[in-house]
Amino acid sequence: MMTVADIVKALNLKVFSGAGGLDREVSGGYVSDLLSDVMGKADAGQVWITLQTHKNVMAIASLKDLAAVILVSGYKPAENTAEQSEEENIPILGTDKSAFEVTGELYTLIK
Amino acid sequence: MRVSEILQILDARIICGEHRTDYTIDVAFASDLMSDVLTLKNDHVLLITGLANMQTIRTAEMSDINCIVFARNKKASREMIALAEENDIILIECRYSMFKTCGLLYEAGVKPIF
Amino acid sequence: MEHHEFNIEGGDFTRAGYASSQVKKMLKQMGVDVAIIKRTVVAAYEAEVNVVAHAYSGAMYVDINREEVKIELRDQGPGIEDIEQAMQEGYSTASSAVREMGFGAGMGLSNMKKNADELHIESELGKGTRVVIRMQLNATTGD
Repeated sequence: MMTVADIVKALNLKVFSGAGGLDREVSGGYVSDLLSDVMGKADAGQVWITLQTHKNVMAIASLKDLAAVILVSGYKPAENTAEQSEEENIPILGTDKSAFEVTGELYTLIK
Repeated sequence: MRVSEILQILDARIICGEHRTDYTIDVAFASDLMSDVLTLKNDHVLLITGLANMQTIRTAEMSDINCIVFARNKKASREMIALAEENDIILIECRYSMFKTCGLLYEAGVKPIF
Repeated sequence: MEHHEFNIEGGDFTRAGYASSQVKKMLKQMGVDVAIIKRTVVAAYEAEVNVVAHAYSGAMYVDINREEVKIELRDQGPGIEDIEQAMQEGYSTASSAVREMGFGAGMGLSNMKKNADELHIESELGKGTRVVIRMQLNATTGD
């Protein structure tokens, strides 16, 4: 199974925070900007692709035991989001690419 | 890529604009947040979203987006279809997740926005 | 100058965008350049959604002639505490309900600023906000 570190390397992602969790195993991907949707449907071990940057993102990633969060289109996490990511060891990753593009690449990689 | 091809790749249903399956899209954009969609400057964009409400149609209207795929098995309401029809917007319903929808289209060669 | 008024109901996300859509139709009918229509409409729509998302009620006042359009939005609502802070991308005071609607990512005001030729915002806490968007309609060469 691929780890978050493998994905970072393959997709050339930036690591904003939570590097302690780079060895987490990745079970799949979830793409959504709607928090209640992620709360309801995301599965543990998935990499969450979104452009939401606020603290609630980490709260949800932690609750759902997600492997990592990828912020698209050059978005950066808010300071308190990054802080929580460090505490939880859930990496927040970044890319300048759009959600469609990075999702496509991730899908090809891990399907 | 033509709408007819998209329907095949996604095993999806077209619920508005049935007579326009020849419409060609050049690029795709996936988002649930409409403010982000409003910043797009491209033509012939396919919007992939899990946000199925009136605002998605309004946003498409404001941004001159003529084709929307609702992923996550979301359904368009009658009101949404009426507004889409008024503005010549094609609506497609797909039961796959956003992840799979984007993945399949990407693999089939649909380009991201530049 | 033609004058139009549209009421905006706070919290009514089904209707949000109706006023901006009318503005778009007007501009299209006048044959305004497509790029200018797009910018005008994006600014107007973001402003309209802000009223729906944050205020109790409001209205859009449109004054239009061949040279320019002035879109003014006045609302009755909580007002904006710190306008400069609110203009920052990513800063949002939107409720979770609003975020679930697809808005509230904190990009509305900056989208407006990027698209409007002129943008003026004033607000009184506890009373409401007034936004004025001005667009030049025949900015292209060869007048």
